[in-house]
Amino acid sequence: MAGRALPRITRSIALLLVSVLVSYVVASAALCPRAHFEDRTPRPPAAAVDHELAAVGLDDSTPVLARFGHWAWRALHGDLGRTIDGGSVNAQLGERIGVSVRLLLVGTLAGAGLGVLAGVWAAVRRGRLPDHAMTVLSFLVLSVPTFVLALLLKDGALSFNHCLGHTVIRYTGESTPDHKGTWTSQLADRSSHLVLPAATVALGSIASYSRYQRAATLDLLAADHLRTALAKGLTPGRALLRHGLRVSLIPMTTFFSFGFLTLFTGSVFAEQIFGWPGMGSWFLEAAQEGDVNSVVAVCLFSAVTVLLAGLLADALLLVLDPRVRR
Amino acid sequence: MSTVLELRDLHVGFGPEHAAVRGVDLVLRRGEVLGLVGESGAGKTVTALAALGLLPSRATVRGSVRLLGTELVGLPVRDLARLRGRRIAMVFQDPLAAFTPVHRVGDQIGEVLRIHERPRPGRRSARQRAVELLTELRVPEPQRVARAYPHELSGGLRQRAMIAMAVAGRPDVIVADEPTSALDVTAQAEILAALEDARAATGAALLLVSHDLGVVAGAADRVAVMYAGRVVETGPAHRLFGNPRMPYTMGLLAAAPRLDAAHALSQMPGAPPAPGEPVEGCAFAPRCPVARPECESDDPVLTPADGAPARADDGHLVACLHPGVTAARTAADLYPTSAPPAPRPPGDVTALRVTALRASYRGRRAVHHADLQVRRSETVALVGESGAGKSTTLERIIALGAPESGRIEVLGRDTARLGRSEVRRMRGRVQIVLQDPSATLDPRMTIARIIAEPLEAQRAPRDRTAARVRELLAEVELDPGTAGRRPPQLSGGQRQRVALARALAVRPELLLLDEPVSALDVSVQAGIIALLRRLTSAPGSPACLLVSHDLAVVRQLADRVVVMHGGRTVESGPVDAVFDRPRHPYTRLLLSAVPTLGRPRPAGPPAAFEEAAAATGCGFRARCPVYRGLPAEQRLSCERDLPAPAVDGVACHFPHADGGMPLRGRPASKGHPPVQ
Amino acid sequence: MLPPLPGALVGLALITLLGLYAVLGPYVSPWSPTDIDYRALSVPPGAGHWFGTNRIGQDVFAQTARGLRKSLLIGLFVALASTAFAALVGTCAGYFGGWTDRVLTFVVDLFLVVPGFLVLVMVAPALRAAGWVAYAGAFAALGWMLTARAVRATALSLRERPYVTAARHMGVRPLRIVRRHILPHMASFLITHATIATAGAVISEAGLSYFGFGVQPPDVSLGTLIADSTEVALTYPWMFFFPTGMLLCFVLAVNLVGQALRRVLDPSAAGAEVPA
Repeated sequence: MAGRALPRITRSIALLLVSVLVSYVVASAALCPRAHFEDRTPRPPAAAVDHELAAVGLDDSTPVLARFGHWAWRALHGDLGRTIDGGSVNAQLGERIGVSVRLLLVGTLAGAGLGVLAGVWAAVRRGRLPDHAMTVLSFLVLSVPTFVLALLLKDGALSFNHCLGHTVIRYTGESTPDHKGTWTSQLADRSSHLVLPAATVALGSIASYSRYQRAATLDLLAADHLRTALAKGLTPGRALLRHGLRVSLIPMTTFFSFGFLTLFTGSVFAEQIFGWPGMGSWFLEAAQEGDVNSVVAVCLFSAVTVLLAGLLADALLLVLDPRVRR
Repeated sequence: MSTVLELRDLHVGFGPEHAAVRGVDLVLRRGEVLGLVGESGAGKTVTALAALGLLPSRATVRGSVRLLGTELVGLPVRDLARLRGRRIAMVFQDPLAAFTPVHRVGDQIGEVLRIHERPRPGRRSARQRAVELLTELRVPEPQRVARAYPHELSGGLRQRAMIAMAVAGRPDVIVADEPTSALDVTAQAEILAALEDARAATGAALLLVSHDLGVVAGAADRVAVMYAGRVVETGPAHRLFGNPRMPYTMGLLAAAPRLDAAHALSQMPGAPPAPGEPVEGCAFAPRCPVARPECESDDPVLTPADGAPARADDGHLVACLHPGVTAARTAADLYPTSAPPAPRPPGDVTALRVTALRASYRGRRAVHHADLQVRRSETVALVGESGAGKSTTLERIIALGAPESGRIEVLGRDTARLGRSEVRRMRGRVQIVLQDPSATLDPRMTIARIIAEPLEAQRAPRDRTAARVRELLAEVELDPGTAGRRPPQLSGGQRQRVALARALAVRPELLLLDEPVSALDVSVQAGIIALLRRLTSAPGSPACLLVSHDLAVVRQLADRVVVMHGGRTVESGPVDAVFDRPRHPYTRLLLSAVPTLGRPRPAGPPAAFEEAAAATGCGFRARCPVYRGLPAEQRLSCERDLPAPAVDGVACHFPHADGGMPLRGRPASKGHPPVQ
Repeated sequence: MLPPLPGALVGLALITLLGLYAVLGPYVSPWSPTDIDYRALSVPPGAGHWFGTNRIGQDVFAQTARGLRKSLLIGLFVALASTAFAALVGTCAGYFGGWTDRVLTFVVDLFLVVPGFLVLVMVAPALRAAGWVAYAGAFAALGWMLTARAVRATALSLRERPYVTAARHMGVRPLRIVRRHILPHMASFLITHATIATAGAVISEAGLSYFGFGVQPPDVSLGTLIADSTEVALTYPWMFFFPTGMLLCFVLAVNLVGQALRRVLDPSAAGAEVPA
């Protein structure tokens, strides 16, 4: 098994390195950090701007590749450079990464878990009301762009809170600032903040997973080995559980790695719209300010998560399917 | 003998217009083997599935299926589940698909026990019992097989594991649906023996469903022949095969190629109705040579064949309105036949010569040493089990490139030395017909364009193309109107004719045929064999290399035969000599395993399943009966030395002579060891 | 779900209506998108302003028409460009195999690992200045990879089909094989993908503009219109409702058509009807 894993991991690392290079070059070419300093009033002298740029490693008189080399050398030693305001990228990253990881985790788990359950359910009830309802619902959800979904959820929550007369569902931040109390009330507070962003991120996932899982399950219901299971004397429900579910999850591992791409973009929207101080909202701020190092840090984070999702999908496949093991 | 399974007036439909089974009556008594034969689409599998209540939910079932007195039609799922596996079990056609890919074989066998036995055996003991069941069926290395995943086993082993799973619940009835199709003849014989073992161990009755008349003839006590969703003839095996009365059965039996001689094959006209096609009167009437007007309208029912008042289910019954008409006739009186072509003197020019070929398939060495030669105007067959390297050899020849090692000469040219444009020109002189006609024709193209494709590839003048296509359609006996149709609109036989027409379009000098009839039903196959006989014996016909695992077909078509085993050609010679007086023990094994009409059941498993790849010496010795009978000092040469390659001879240290004597024993022959 | 035919008809009708609105809207309306009616700030839909006005008195009908046209134009361009490119890359990788395949697959994976939307955020402002084709080109350049992977897989399986093998053995030239036996079998798949890619592109563009990295004032797109009206969605619903409604209608319609196409053209994939 190690023989199979090693080339896969090497390849992932190669992809990671090249993608970081590409991100750095694109960010340097497309963003204009100089503007960030020059736009101040009064307009600072050019020399001062040069000085400040050099201080954060964005001196535009050195060639991009040289700057990248410098940055990469330090990055390899665990230092991702300075933000445009002179702060540490590492420090920012430390503050924000947890927020995004929590959101992504909840989104992935809820999306994959509920999506698979919904798909199996729809397939088993094929052609009946639950199946039709699921089909229509998932179709509608998938036809709503994530940011519109987030806005609709937010407006919905506003109206909901308004009707109830007090704020039940919260839509700004990850927790209420200065919220003190027992851990249960902390948890309740966090949950009420989590509902909307998590729904934004997960709904699309649930919808698409359920579609794929439904198709996989339908294929499976027609499979020979399920008939064998029935011929042995298993009832249809048990046959599906023991001989079906695991097999139907095998093709899902492919969708898992692709699905994560969409999920990541969705989380950027969710963070921005619901005011979560995560990687996504950091990126949007940084891109506006021309903060190359911060932008690259977020790209690095994105690439790492996407590659990890891919490796996780591979690992899942290995666990599920003895045919791909050697 | 008491009845264990009884089907009465069984109807199965898929949708309102599509009747798959139209009134089947079958009775299975305790301990007997009932063979259910018929061509594809006859409703055999649907009938078999109905016996377990395993039909998909969209199927509508009418009539009665009684298992040990319990009516299964309309039985709640929960009660059905209690009977399945314990009272009635099934062996499925494709064991790779029928096993769950993600569970170990032993666990899947043991699961039957865990479902039905109370108190419920634990996982460990169920697994142990699975090993015992495998041992009972004489599976080599049962421990290892039980631990394996299905994809890790060979086809034969998987099917034996499937049989072990069916036996696990000690059922009263075992239904085996095409248990041997897609297996090599040697594995086939072993599966039939395993089914016999299973039956002996449990005393179960066996419903054996097969399209292969030879398999059924060898194994069944009684036989029922199905056509278009009905049983058209039934009776004791020896009577039905010896004295068939329904014109369909007669034609079917006479259309099946035999192993013992090249003989005239009957050709039934037309094709069976497509599943679901509405049928009025006798379904066979449109193809029947003795049909009368009333056959088109009146429904025949099963009646005693001789008019004698036989007991309903005992005797020989025929569903024919005029059973008397066929009483004194043979199939040759009823149907046109195609006689084998007169033997031709082999040409002296070599069309294809393969010398010491070595080749790999997907990174594994598949061919170690192949020698073969095809002369002009002769047909040479390359035979052997799957994995013997036949297809890889063929693929290397058609690639027209440099082999890894060895030499391929096509039409006098060494393929390693052909330039690109020479290769392209050569492709106009060598053509190949691949196995499955439904897959080798682009479904989106019209037949005319398909046939014209090689002409266009060779830049033939366009104005002549249309005329050539018409000519070719006539040559393969297809209606000119076929030109405008597309492959999905044609039957299997018609598609293979199109594939042949396409191959002949450029008037090739060498024709490679890869299993050209193995995807076809017997009655259709006879027509294609007749066509191939005509096409390859006409003056100016191409030299042919025919690859086939079906030895009976080879006997009908080939002039010479080359036998491959484990990537080596082990014997070659004129087809009559090799088939009648095989000298290599492997050839003998292969020939003896073929289930044939009119022969007793094949002998039990000749050898262990898996061959350990021998690093040195003869690759066949693990299965070789000669080797097993040798004294230790003579075994040495088999273990140490590779037999010399067979060039029109035999690659064996101790080959059989005509009388079972070795021709060239290694240490001055001390008499051949007794064999078999 | 709607059976394919009615679904497709509803979808096609919706697309036609939206197209007509986008093309003819500006000519029908007395207002141009940039006109400011100082006498009517934030008026609800009525006779003077059919879809009402926004807070600075611009006509929502005219603005939505302009925004929709922009979105449709970009969606169409991106769908065609990305599908064509994906077909080219995927077919080459799948059919020719070997090093071609390895290099192309690495490139595809690289584009998947480099976060597409984030790159768009960075490059869109720069490209916007270079005209809408460059702007739309960026979406196409970052939206072809999954299609290419699917095309590659299809090409790989088609390459192994016996009729393709047969054609090779007959001496048919590789490009002719691709044209005759590979592409026709991929056409239905590509048409379906192009349809669904239109929706994907419109969604991405709207999202980008929503965050202010896409189309800039005075030009409008559905995304900027939605962004501008988000704050007041509950107080002046029409400002939010019309652009959002148009966006949803379009995506829904395209998905309906795509689903129907997939069922008709590509029955093997019909089980998994996943819209953009």
